[in-house]
Amino acid sequence: MIALSDYLILSAIVFCIGLAGIFINRTNIIMLLMCVELILAAVNTNFIAFSYYSGDVAGQIFVFFILTVAAAEVAIGLAILTLMYRNRGSIDVDVTNSLKG
Amino acid sequence: MEFTSVLFYVFGFCFVVSAALMVTARNTMKAAMLLILSFFSAASIWLLLEAEFLAVTLILVYVGAVMVLFLFVIKMLDVDQSTLRAKFTKYLPLGIVVAAIVIAQMALVLSAGQFGLDVVAEPARHAADYSNITELANVLYTAYVYPFELAAVLLLIAIIAAITLVHRKGSRSKKQDVSEQVNVQAKDRMRIVSIPSGKRKESK
Repeated sequence: MIALSDYLILSAIVFCIGLAGIFINRTNIIMLLMCVELILAAVNTNFIAFSYYSGDVAGQIFVFFILTVAAAEVAIGLAILTLMYRNRGSIDVDVTNSLKG
Repeated sequence: MEFTSVLFYVFGFCFVVSAALMVTARNTMKAAMLLILSFFSAASIWLLLEAEFLAVTLILVYVGAVMVLFLFVIKMLDVDQSTLRAKFTKYLPLGIVVAAIVIAQMALVLSAGQFGLDVVAEPARHAADYSNITELANVLYTAYVYPFELAAVLLLIAIIAAITLVHRKGSRSKKQDVSEQVNVQAKDRMRIVSIPSGKRKESK
């Protein structure tokens, strides 16, 4: 028998691995995007676990919309990345400091 | 130990290990492959939770489309790995500390006392003829039809935005310029060049 807490702790662990990945790979934008994908997979696991244990299908609908938004985000993110590489010749975050923020 | 529990621990182990290897991978290509493995493990865990449609969607959309897009970009952009690698260990301690704190906090909240089996009982498994897709569709096309349409519009906007961003205007495009075609003169098309005749070459 697997309890709801097992699923929640599993997705919490993966969420934190993705969070640490954002800190570790701070300079590589492709890795940042992939870590965001990992975090979203963990969050979706949370939604589906609650949906299953409460017998309500609305959680799965929400995951469906999260997948849609994430796909759009990846498409636009990679387009911006390609544009940035074309204009600056690098995808290092430290190179994109023209706003001096 | 039940068979489903064994499956949960196997897939959960794969999920966590592939995610940890992914964030610490030095090579972006390897990281993408490990992310695909973690998506597969996540889809297996979703199958255990009877979310068959979403599990198949995760594999089809994420492994089939999104990760292929990632691999395209990784291969297309010639990223200098050595400059990225130099800064790798600088933020490693901070990342580990933050992750450990968040895991500890979440484990306190999500412990078996709040969400254990005696608090939230495991629901009975559905029969073999139960269709997850039918139940999802019943809700998606009635109660959530307006968000569904909005999601479609969002995808359309994403397509247009991505194409507009990376579309290269100018030299490569072969589009017609009608006014230039109409206003063309004969002297623009043909130029008569008078070449002085040279001496005949003696053949030997």
